[in-house]
Amino acid sequence: MSFLEIKNLHVSVDGHEILKGIDLTINPGEVHSIMGPNGSGKSTLAQVLARRDAYHVTEGSVTLMGKDLLEMKPEEAACEGIFLAFQYPVEIPGISNAYFLRSALNAQRKFRGEEEMDAMDFLPFFREKLKLLEMDEKLMNRSLNEGFSGGEKKRNEVLQMSILQPRMAVLDETDSGLDIDALRIVANGVNGLRSPERSFLVVTHYQRLLNYIKPDFVHVLVDGRILRSGGPELALELEDKGYGWIEQEAAAV
Amino acid sequence: MTTNTDTIRNLAQQDYKWGFVTEIEEERIPKGLNEDVIRLISAKKNEPEFMREWRLKAYRHWASLERADAEPKWANIKYGPINYQDISYYSAPKQKKQLNSLDELDPEILRTYEKLGIPLAEQKMLAGVAVDAVFDSVSVATTFKGKLAEAGVIFCSFSEAVEKHPELVKKYLGSVVPVTDNFFAALNSAVFSDGSFVYVPKGVRCPMELSTYFRINAAETGQFERTLIIADEGAYVSYLEGCTAPIRDENQLHAAVVELIALDNAQIKYSTVQNWYPGDKQGRGGIYNFVTKRGACRGVNSKISWTQVETGSAITWKYPSCILQGEGSVGEFYSVALTNNYQQADTGTKMIHIGKNTSSTVVSKGISAGHGQNTYRGQVKILKGAQGARNYTQCDSLLIGDKCGAHTFPYIEVKNSSARMEHEASTSKIGEDQLFYLQQRGLKAEDAVSMIVNGFCKQVFRELPMEFAVEAQKLLSVSLEGSVG
Repeated sequence: MSFLEIKNLHVSVDGHEILKGIDLTINPGEVHSIMGPNGSGKSTLAQVLARRDAYHVTEGSVTLMGKDLLEMKPEEAACEGIFLAFQYPVEIPGISNAYFLRSALNAQRKFRGEEEMDAMDFLPFFREKLKLLEMDEKLMNRSLNEGFSGGEKKRNEVLQMSILQPRMAVLDETDSGLDIDALRIVANGVNGLRSPERSFLVVTHYQRLLNYIKPDFVHVLVDGRILRSGGPELALELEDKGYGWIEQEAAAV
Repeated sequence: MTTNTDTIRNLAQQDYKWGFVTEIEEERIPKGLNEDVIRLISAKKNEPEFMREWRLKAYRHWASLERADAEPKWANIKYGPINYQDISYYSAPKQKKQLNSLDELDPEILRTYEKLGIPLAEQKMLAGVAVDAVFDSVSVATTFKGKLAEAGVIFCSFSEAVEKHPELVKKYLGSVVPVTDNFFAALNSAVFSDGSFVYVPKGVRCPMELSTYFRINAAETGQFERTLIIADEGAYVSYLEGCTAPIRDENQLHAAVVELIALDNAQIKYSTVQNWYPGDKQGRGGIYNFVTKRGACRGVNSKISWTQVETGSAITWKYPSCILQGEGSVGEFYSVALTNNYQQADTGTKMIHIGKNTSSTVVSKGISAGHGQNTYRGQVKILKGAQGARNYTQCDSLLIGDKCGAHTFPYIEVKNSSARMEHEASTSKIGEDQLFYLQQRGLKAEDAVSMIVNGFCKQVFRELPMEFAVEAQKLLSVSLEGSVG
């Protein structure tokens, strides 16, 4: 069974149609990348998959392991295995990173009928992941993302991903605002999570990230439609020729 | 004395003629407020003359204010006129309507008890389910009293104190909140029903936290409660008031008075969790909680801390305050006040610095949701002689949704140039972004709001005795239900 199946998805925001009929199938273990110019609808797609209210689906369907994703609330989609690494992670004062993570993990475990993790078991598990992402343990007692630099916030997203172990991770422009070193660490974190049971949807504007996280498939999204799909070479072609080239090719057809 | 006893007996018998039959059949005296009612109340409680006269003095003052239409109207709250003649001012400590089991209880109330994590035995007690002989609480209370007796701590009902320790009552009653203090304090002083009395002797650290729950006969909340707590030199006491379980009352107006006195090197910690019936979702009904609470730090290096979590009542109007008289004395006020649906709150504190090197800390967290209106009103007054006074005030407001309001009225008056004051204030809203982030990680919307709110209140919850802190967190979650989505 395919893991994520998107069929003819139309999405509007404030009365404007952003996605104009998206078809996409992601199988377990696959890494797909969505690339496109600004305003093409990349983030919209990511947010819809995470079930954000403001985005109205006007037509089409999305199934997650056979279940209707569009019927799910954000927390339900999350517990079913969707994780969104936000482009701009928010700060929430008063809640420590560690406490928040353990609560989220246990909320998901509870949903799945699994045993919750107590603080004693959580800590070593947590520390191990912190090390992988080269993050300071002191950051974890701070409030959620409070005072974090852009790079630290992005790394925190990947840290959460490694703790929550989603089936389908959607990365929304994770590379924006990152320098080379941070990029390397984040990519390592993501690559470390690749497995036959896990799929990734990497939304990005620049090809650079894909040097570090090599995709199996690349789709080019322009003005709400996927104009072209291909393998990793497509990304290189895009970098070479620009998005305009795809639009011209599509128009010519 | 004989004459008094006779008079009282006569009066007590007389009221039987007025239609006040037996205590079980008819627990209340007819409605209305006048000097006769005051005498009747005092008589029914078998009070000594000084107490009766004190009540009458208070009543006369209140009546003069009432005639002059001097009921205070300056608070940021709206309510219809209160008909003081339409209230019954005395009800005997009545038997709660007995239920045979919890199944007879309104399922909504039962659900709330479950959500608050109240143990089954307590649920039964709160609901008035007939308590069987094996019920632990009675034996617990007995052990409790034993320990206190050993330490020399007096902890009893106010009525009992008037009877058994009149000299202490005479000495301290009204010394912090005189009968002329304000309209509602005058009313309370005239008609108060009962409350707590605590006296901790010199050098004694009260061996356990005192709670209204453990006062035998304390199941019924008084409409006009009067509490007096005295910590003698070097003494320490922590007192807990209230409970998280929602309490309904036919009487709408609750005007309590609490007086705390701390002598040299003594400390009083007073914690309140209040969840009285807040009215329905349309703002109908609900209790008016108009309270005067004040602590006098009389002694050198004395300390009084107020911690409150107010989530109930239709209207909350109170300013637990500290008078920092003794040199080096310390006053603290930690508060979480929640207004949801159509609740209103005008609450805060007064820190009056009189002695040298006094310090005060104020941390106020206001949460507004629904159509709630939440006002912080705080006064920090530094008098001329308050050399080296220090105050830190932090008042934060959290708004949930876009139909509620948060208001702040700080009053700062400094008459000594060596004083140091810090005032911080913030207003924030729970953003949709923040909620979505938490939901996307698997948390339900309600749990997400709860988490954010608890984070917001942490500074205050930290000050609560542990058992209350856990209950307070749950209480906040329950009170915020339906505020999102």
